[in-house]
Amino acid sequence: MIPELGSAAAIVALALALWGAVAAATGARTGRPALVLSAQHAALGVFVLVTACFALLTYAFLIFDFSVRYVAINTNLGTPFYYRITGVWGALEGSIILWTWMLALYTLIVILRHRESAHELYPWVLTVMLSVMAFFLLVITVAAPPFARLTPVPADGRGLNPLLEDTGMITHPVALYLGFTGVTVPFAFALAALITGRVGDAWITLTRRWTIIAWYFLSLGLLIGGWWSYHVLGWGGYWAWDPVENAAFMPWLTATAFLHSVMVQERRRMLKLWNLWLVILTFGLTLFGTFLTRSGVIASVHAFTQGSIGVFFLSFLALVLLTALALLAWRWDALSAQGELDSVVSRESAFLLNNVLLIAAAFTVFFGTVFPLLSEAVRGVKVSVGAPFFNQVNVPLFLALIFLMGVGPLIAWRRASPDNLRRSFLWPVAVGVAAAALFSALGIRSTLAVLALALTVFVAATIAVDFSRATRARLRMGERLLPAMGGLLRRHNRRYGGFVVHLGILIVTLGVTGSQAWSVQTETTLRRGEAAELAGYRVRFDGLTATEESNHFKVAGAFTVSNGRVLSVLRPAKKFYPQEQSPIAGVDYRLGFGEDVYLVLGDFARDGSEATVKLQVNRLVSWIWIGGAVLTLGALLAILPDRKKPA
Amino acid sequence: MTPRLLRWLIPLSAVPVLALLAYGFRVNPRDIPSPLVGRPASAFALQTLEGAPLALEAQRGKVVVLNFWASWCYPACYEEAPVLERNWRAYRDRGVVVIGVDIQDKLEAAQKFTRDFGLSFPNARDTTGKVSVDYGVYGVPETFFIDRRGRIRAKHVGAVTDEAFRLNVEKLLSETTG
Amino acid sequence: MRARAPLLGLALALVLAAGAAAQARRVAEQQVQDVAAQLRCVVCQNLSVADSPSEMASQMRAIVRERLEAGEAPAQVVQYFVERYGEWILLSPRRHGFNLLVWAMPAVAVAVGFTLVGLVLVRWTRRGAAAGRVAATPVDTAMRDRIRRELEP
Repeated sequence: MIPELGSAAAIVALALALWGAVAAATGARTGRPALVLSAQHAALGVFVLVTACFALLTYAFLIFDFSVRYVAINTNLGTPFYYRITGVWGALEGSIILWTWMLALYTLIVILRHRESAHELYPWVLTVMLSVMAFFLLVITVAAPPFARLTPVPADGRGLNPLLEDTGMITHPVALYLGFTGVTVPFAFALAALITGRVGDAWITLTRRWTIIAWYFLSLGLLIGGWWSYHVLGWGGYWAWDPVENAAFMPWLTATAFLHSVMVQERRRMLKLWNLWLVILTFGLTLFGTFLTRSGVIASVHAFTQGSIGVFFLSFLALVLLTALALLAWRWDALSAQGELDSVVSRESAFLLNNVLLIAAAFTVFFGTVFPLLSEAVRGVKVSVGAPFFNQVNVPLFLALIFLMGVGPLIAWRRASPDNLRRSFLWPVAVGVAAAALFSALGIRSTLAVLALALTVFVAATIAVDFSRATRARLRMGERLLPAMGGLLRRHNRRYGGFVVHLGILIVTLGVTGSQAWSVQTETTLRRGEAAELAGYRVRFDGLTATEESNHFKVAGAFTVSNGRVLSVLRPAKKFYPQEQSPIAGVDYRLGFGEDVYLVLGDFARDGSEATVKLQVNRLVSWIWIGGAVLTLGALLAILPDRKKPA
Repeated sequence: MTPRLLRWLIPLSAVPVLALLAYGFRVNPRDIPSPLVGRPASAFALQTLEGAPLALEAQRGKVVVLNFWASWCYPACYEEAPVLERNWRAYRDRGVVVIGVDIQDKLEAAQKFTRDFGLSFPNARDTTGKVSVDYGVYGVPETFFIDRRGRIRAKHVGAVTDEAFRLNVEKLLSETTG
Repeated sequence: MRARAPLLGLALALVLAAGAAAQARRVAEQQVQDVAAQLRCVVCQNLSVADSPSEMASQMRAIVRERLEAGEAPAQVVQYFVERYGEWILLSPRRHGFNLLVWAMPAVAVAVGFTLVGLVLVRWTRRGAAAGRVAATPVDTAMRDRIRRELEP
């Protein structure tokens, strides 16, 4: 009964979404507010119904309703309570419900915020959002029905993918999906602007904060994904350039480009066409990401499943891209830029270059991700494009971006006078060069590492110069130091939020550089009592313990880590799940600001007399998470409502 | 400034990308063609699950069906085990030998597997993974059909069916008798 | 006491030898990692043999180590795997033929992007210069806003 209710709710929601999309569009075209109001009600109805769907599926998980196929595949009697809830979105069908629910939520908030404020655009925004929602509801009702029954009803289910049994898995998809679905809002406004022909700056002003919100969640999702990868997947890294990771990274890159180029349009009324294109591209890439994860076209560790669903997503992607880009071409005349500039040495140029590099990076990642397909289509030969390639080609692009990160915020608009350049960059450049010399003198041999660190110092110095200059200006006005600094952050929250984000990126850069350049690892087989040494650490194997957990069997090794004195006992494990072909690694680590000791258990003798262990000393990885925290705080600061204008 | 028609290149630029992605539906990313087909099969000398020596060289002159499996490979290996046993019984007198190679497995689990299915053809363990790598195995089950001159002639990925077994074996049997 | 001296010497020699062996092995270990990092773990689809915690990857690392210890060059070891698994096993496509496309693409993208931006900037500055001759633009309004805000109490 419950599952049928869920299916019915999805079908009614689909009908409502379709009606709402049509009603809002008709209302806008014929000037009948009643229809728009009806669409608004439809959107509310969709939200209620999708919430119900979500709740019913969760309920089916909680009561172990194995007559529902999705429940039977993704849970079993041993699945702990907590993971029965997160398991709801652990696989394809449930993840799409979560996605649709978030989209419905965003639509609701858009209605609440903008129904009064964006008269011309608003009905069309509603149409676009409800259309996108209708597509996902179509997927739920036709391609991936979460409430499909299973006969005969099995006595026990198969169980959740063990890799998903982690706290990171509650937050990672939620954040990532909030980012992905959040992009729909600026996209809807962009399309509304194109449809109505009001391609001025209104839509940019209205969606600015929405874009930062989506960007914030995308960043958070990527960071938690990295954290999960490092702490759970057990390969000692945080980013594998897997197709699915790339799929989440590309919209992040293009959204970052958009956040910057928007400033040029706000300030200088230029780049209208470019900004619209960027939003369309970003939204297209989020759809591409869902397509990639769910179509099975490109093999990936994260891939959900294969099946007809890929065709659905590709068709929708085609529809969206062709429609949106055709609208763009149609409005070309209204969009042609009337840009003017006094000098090539100006902030506009810096932002344009920043956009070129970000889009080039996104394109590089995209091309690398689909290149195996291209190679197979053209040559008939399967090739792989993996981490070594992506690292090699992207590092120069990212270093150049970091350089621009220092230049962009301080160089003057329109024309940078020699005086502006000197005042802004003399010190940072000097400090950066000095840092490069110092790092070389300290014996850092990797040129890339020296360059990355020196650039980091340079950019940090530019931020310091700007902040101290602005603070001094306020001090001269008679403010005291701390209120002056706080006031700056609060009153110019967008500018200084941006600086904090930049600072976060610098810290992440530090972590990435350190882990790439200085991490060491070894793999060895130890008899009980024997010890291995690496980078000043001594790791002694003390034996194995086996335990029976609620849904798996766990063999853990005990390893005493010491460097002169005993630091800790690490227990990396292998977890044997009945439903999995091979054991899942359970890593153990000792985290630190300078370095992490990271152990992965390999093969072992049954009697516990010996075990193979992979021992890694990963340098500066913690700074990636610290930088991530700083970055998200900065984004939050930028999201805060403006205080500049009287409320 | 821009010719009117040129602007329509913007939406058109999406078409090749979409076409490439659509092409993706026609290929299976997990199906990687083996470069070994047509090449001589690597020799190996392993021990059977019971501890007897087993060498590929000793089977020269016979058609060899070399099957890589593991007890944890469910369901595919469980589906194909009866198929292999059935066909081995049917063809053993016509100069066909089936050899199973158990990879990345525990001895007891593997022994239980062969016992449960009553497998009577020789099964060996590849404890070091060397034979798996020599044959470019990337998952189980995979099955190689080796002709009488010791060349790999076909590779079958996934559970072997009666039809696939017969088709490949009959072809190799017919070759040198004619 | 005297009898101990040769023993001590022997022990010392053994320790030194062990140290030397460990030294040699450690060098090889880095080499193993370097080779393994180029190879794709065949059972995990997207991790390298160096990174993957799977049993297959660990066996493949052992094979890499063995072949290196037997005196094969890293490129030969890689080739050994390519011959058995095809180009697919290389995590980064070899730089020849069609694969050059994927390697050249980033540079092409940047070059095209910079060219376009260059053209746009030249056009804008020309227009800006023309406008500048007509009337020296005062501080633009946005900047004035900002100054005003900065001066607000």
